[in-house]
Amino acid sequence: MLPKVLALVSIGRHPQSGRERRAEQDGRAVEMGLCLQERQLMHLSVAHAGNADSSVLRQYAGMGLSKLSVLAQQANEDVLSPLIDYVEAQQASMVLMGVRSEMGQSSGMLPYLLAERLGWPLLPRVAEIQSIEEGVAQVLLALPRGQRRLVSVALPFVATLDNAAKAPRQTAFGPGQRADIEVINTTSIADEVAAQWQFTPAKPRPKRMKVVKAKTAADRFKAATAKPVGGGGKVLKNETVEEKAQAIFDFLLEEKVIR
Amino acid sequence: MIFDWLIPSLIATLLVLAAIGALRRVNFWRAGQAEKVDMWAGLLAMPKRYLHDLHHVVERDKYMSRTHVATGGGFVLAMVLVILVHLFDIQSRILAWMLLAALGMMFCGALFVFKRRLNPPSRLSKGPWMRLPKSLLTFAITFFVLTLPAAGILPESLSLSNIGLTLVSLVLALLVLLSLGEMLFGMTWGGPMKHAFAGALHLAFHRRPERFGGGRSTGLKPANLGGESHGVAKPEDFKWNQLLGFDACVQCGRCEAMCPAFAAGQPLNPKKLIQDMVVGLAGGTDEKYAGSPYPNVPVGKASGSPQEIITEGLVSADTLWSCTTCRACVEECPMMIEHVDAIVDMRRFLTLEKGDTPNKGAEVLENIIATDNPNGYAPGSRTHWAADQNLAVMKDVKKAEVLFWVSDGAFDMRSQRILRAFVKLLKAANVNVAILGDEERDSGDVARRLGDDATFQSLAKRNLATLAQYKFSTLVTTDPHAFHCLKNEYADFDQAGALKDVEVLHHTTFLNRLIEQGMLQVDRFKGGKVTYHDPCYLGRYNGEYDSPRALLSSLGIEVAEMERSGYRSRCCGGGGGAPITDIPGERRIADMRMEDVAATGAELVAVGCQQCTAMLEGVVEPRPQVRDIAEIMAEHLVEQLVEHTVEGAA
Repeated sequence: MLPKVLALVSIGRHPQSGRERRAEQDGRAVEMGLCLQERQLMHLSVAHAGNADSSVLRQYAGMGLSKLSVLAQQANEDVLSPLIDYVEAQQASMVLMGVRSEMGQSSGMLPYLLAERLGWPLLPRVAEIQSIEEGVAQVLLALPRGQRRLVSVALPFVATLDNAAKAPRQTAFGPGQRADIEVINTTSIADEVAAQWQFTPAKPRPKRMKVVKAKTAADRFKAATAKPVGGGGKVLKNETVEEKAQAIFDFLLEEKVIR
Repeated sequence: MIFDWLIPSLIATLLVLAAIGALRRVNFWRAGQAEKVDMWAGLLAMPKRYLHDLHHVVERDKYMSRTHVATGGGFVLAMVLVILVHLFDIQSRILAWMLLAALGMMFCGALFVFKRRLNPPSRLSKGPWMRLPKSLLTFAITFFVLTLPAAGILPESLSLSNIGLTLVSLVLALLVLLSLGEMLFGMTWGGPMKHAFAGALHLAFHRRPERFGGGRSTGLKPANLGGESHGVAKPEDFKWNQLLGFDACVQCGRCEAMCPAFAAGQPLNPKKLIQDMVVGLAGGTDEKYAGSPYPNVPVGKASGSPQEIITEGLVSADTLWSCTTCRACVEECPMMIEHVDAIVDMRRFLTLEKGDTPNKGAEVLENIIATDNPNGYAPGSRTHWAADQNLAVMKDVKKAEVLFWVSDGAFDMRSQRILRAFVKLLKAANVNVAILGDEERDSGDVARRLGDDATFQSLAKRNLATLAQYKFSTLVTTDPHAFHCLKNEYADFDQAGALKDVEVLHHTTFLNRLIEQGMLQVDRFKGGKVTYHDPCYLGRYNGEYDSPRALLSSLGIEVAEMERSGYRSRCCGGGGGAPITDIPGERRIADMRMEDVAATGAELVAVGCQQCTAMLEGVVEPRPQVRDIAEIMAEHLVEQLVEHTVEGAA
């Protein structure tokens, strides 16, 4: 019996038209799941928490899924608990999902909360799963500027997919239409915290100017490609946990992330 | 005498075998899907379709049309008379003389068939087809000799010894067996003469009867959505009369000679494709195929059967995606076979069921679904090109005489120059015109040609719902692809009648009317030599060859015609989603077309399509310049502002 991988998908939003679409990273999660299934490493199931009527679900199914499960949820409900229940009921040993949703709060918190509640490690921004042997996966994480980090992690774990992962395959209309969309009724927990919030349209944040003073083409190339070397950065290795935390806290203050 | 029973029984046996073969063949076709055909009307119309419509196509090759009239006509007449004279033994000198005349005519025709086969052009299939003229000659000669006694030219009993007579009889019987075997047995058991049997029925039960009698039927048939499968996966998924159509192929290779993809060395040959379909419907391999292969694809490896998936062993997907849907093969086919329908049917399976559209296909389809345009631009930026054009938008004015369908050229800076030129002309002629603005969507042309009929139908329905809200009597567009969809393909989905009383026109037709009515005045063109490239979707798809030429002549241009122009125009390579699927070949179709242009010595090639403009301008310089007719007109427009004021004052 193959271990189970669960791909969680959301409804995406096209950046130009604002229309619903297959979310880029969630599509990659399904693609990775399908690849794992085709390599006979894991068995894939796909789930969505939300509205079962969205035509986008058919687009995911059109990638070659015979079944897609929907945890029926309203827009104002908190999907975390039903998802935890579902992951546990499915006895999944790997959860794949996008880094953040393309609509709604888009906080990117869900994978972290899921991993925390499940007590599983979280692998952020996975580019590729190279192998799974005896319950240990060799995973390539995507780092900025095309760099990769190879980690080996024991199942189970939660992983988010980077855009560097394999692009989702084309969706086919026919199989998508014929796929079984299974609606699972779950307890609905209203997201009371979010209900208190006031939503305002996002404003583009000012970008930090990067002044390149390079004189030669080689310097400009280096400036454009090299990893920025933070002059003010500090490497804390042997300090105590308190000192490390203080350093982070000071940095956040300095960057005005917290006031 | 040995003749008395041998020849009639030979004829009878072959007739019976032919009838069995015919039933077997009919069963092959019946494996296809049901399609409603008015059988009796078709059968009744068949002779006229053959003598008029088919002959009209064959007539383009005068040599072959005369040869075929003599051979085919002579054979049909002779065969009927052979049955009367030699099988039923009707003793009539008149009949015998008529038979001799028919055989004589057939013999003359067969001589020319023979001559053509001495050094056949590469487009003709060889193999059994090389045998056919000999069989025809043998048939004519043998029955001529056999009929001589009946005509009273030779005495019934020759002064030969018994042995001699028997020998002559046996030789003649052998020749009858060989030639009549080819003609009758071969006709229904897959020999070259199959084209006569299947061809006649194909004409009777053609899927597009509108094409006969000078009509035109070019819009694709809608796919049935929501079933267990979409498109054609296996030969048995074709309609039965499509299968019949494939069987009608006479392997003349005229399609091959016209196919731009074949010429470009892409893995497509329309003739081979149809022959592969025949292999599919009858089961077997393509080993016996004796014509040109798909470029760079060896013959003999393909096999299929009615229940096997076509793209898994019979035809490679690349072959299907090489087609530009230019319809040159269909236009040229003397058997009126519908190659493009079949190709798109099979593409539908690949896209809708397999999700396997090559190269940029998937991305383009996804963009069309999410943004209603193939490149994924913001739908809200569709009207940006017209920011300085002061055009009325339908949403505001609700009605106008003319609706200008802008098409996706709105997003492309080169195409925008065509749009602006056309708007300039419309304004000069004081046309009451409006556009849909951001309410317009992609016409669905590309999605449909890429096999995604679901997306096409969705776009068509939504566009029609938008159009139904407004009043206009004429719809005009500068894009022949949108023109074709709106004019010929939207009707299948137009329940509300949004385009029912609307005249859909291409801008060249519309501009020509304005010129004819004196609403527009243009100066004489003062450049060098000009040629005109007929866009496939304007010419072959919609029969508009004259208006663009009339417009050019109104500018004082005498068009230096290319060798391939009008209905034989060569595609620019931009249709059918071919630039998106981009199947590699040895050359680019656009380069070949530009060579055609350069061969006329023209400095400027006038076109009537933004896609053709893009493809031809993609050819590296130095080359002739490329302009849309609207652009040339706008450059030579005589502004009549003063006159209008005077008229207004008077």
